[in-house]
Amino acid sequence: MQKRLVLDQQQISIILKRFCHQLIENHDTFDNTVLLGLQPRGPIVLDKIVRLLEEISGVKVPFGYLDATFHRDDFRRRDFPLKANETKIDFLIEGKKVVLIDDVLYKGRSVRAAMDAMIAFGRPQKVELMILIDRKYTRDYPIMPDYCGVKVNTLESQYVSVEWAEKGFEKDAIWITEKA
Amino acid sequence: MSQLSTRHLLGIKDITADDIQLIFETADNFKEVLNRPIKKVPSLRDITIANIFFENSTRTRLSFELAEKRLSADVINFSSSNSSVKKGETLIDTVNNILSMKVDMVVMRHASPGAPHFLAKNIQANVVNAGDGTHEHPTQALLDAFSIREKLGDVAGKKVAIIGDILHSRVALSNIFCLQKLGAEVMVCGPITLLPKHIDSLGVKVEYDVQKALEWCDVANVLRIQLERQQIKYFPSLREYSLYFGINKRMLDKLDKKIVVMHPGPINRGVELNSDAADGEHSIILQQVENGVAIRMAVLYLLAGAK
Repeated sequence: MQKRLVLDQQQISIILKRFCHQLIENHDTFDNTVLLGLQPRGPIVLDKIVRLLEEISGVKVPFGYLDATFHRDDFRRRDFPLKANETKIDFLIEGKKVVLIDDVLYKGRSVRAAMDAMIAFGRPQKVELMILIDRKYTRDYPIMPDYCGVKVNTLESQYVSVEWAEKGFEKDAIWITEKA
Repeated sequence: MSQLSTRHLLGIKDITADDIQLIFETADNFKEVLNRPIKKVPSLRDITIANIFFENSTRTRLSFELAEKRLSADVINFSSSNSSVKKGETLIDTVNNILSMKVDMVVMRHASPGAPHFLAKNIQANVVNAGDGTHEHPTQALLDAFSIREKLGDVAGKKVAIIGDILHSRVALSNIFCLQKLGAEVMVCGPITLLPKHIDSLGVKVEYDVQKALEWCDVANVLRIQLERQQIKYFPSLREYSLYFGINKRMLDKLDKKIVVMHPGPINRGVELNSDAADGEHSIILQQVENGVAIRMAVLYLLAGAK
């Protein structure tokens, strides 16, 4: 199977640090900001951001995990339903600035579903999107990231695989792979 | 696995332990949804569900209806008391008439055992059995086991005593299948006249002394005396039943462990369960009702989700 490395461990680490500094620039003391990781793969990026933010600026930003399975637009269009993941949000987002965090932005349908799911926790003041990999020219919805790691050109026949050391891989790496 | 092995939920006997685990895991997610400020998701918004109740029901029907509404389904309700069934219409005609209005799923309760199985063979829609006579009541068994799992961490290895009118209870049969599939040990306890002959062939222990049953078990699931199904006298009087088989706080306090008390409702207070036991610290009866909505959401979601 053909694989092309998009980001290695060091590059990912630089991007995550850049994200933190951009967040600090835009959200100052994080008084009114919450971070939400989109299940199933966003929480791992979110956890790293939360940890780094605390290291850099000493702030503990409230965060949660958001699952949008029940809000997807492809229910009953798949052969079987997608399995849901845990939603864990212990606060209301009414009037808050929300940063949604995920690893890869592709069609934009998951983010649309996530924004729909998010509204169940209140009306946010502002919503931003943070993405590690933006797959260019693939969007079905008019959705753009506010914080972007890298933009990559991909084909429909390819997918982006994100490997984390925490998930048992040798080290953090992001690849473009041909679908089998 | 994220798919059930069946497109109907007719009984626990027909589904696998994997199906039950999938329903539980999905119900965990729906339980979280039910604790949100906005307790609704749009999953079933293009689905119409008919609740067809040929027998009386309060909580099962309300629970199904609420589950359907929380999933954004369109709901139509039908009860036999004010319908053409009174005019002699057959079951299949009644249901086909309802289905011709483009209904996708049917939730049915019927006094005849096997009625939902008959329906499932003859119609296109998904069928959910909400109780068929004295046969099965699968969603009740699922919510009972889900409540045990929530309270005790796991169902496997736990000892569950089902106490009361086993003969007329569809809850008992579904519970036995469900608990055994999940690896629990099951005992039935009641007056000999209210225990079916050969019940031990299902692999359950049989006990006639309620205090001994309580000493053995981790969970006591107390069933209602179903007077409406009893054509003959099975015991001399309710007072006598209560004296020999009724459970009260004093009996629970006498045990050297803390057991969990459940009841599928409606409770005959002072008959099978005294108020001090029904409302006491041992009881998870109200959690069962809460979990019922999450379990029914999971069942409807998983059945509707297959293409």
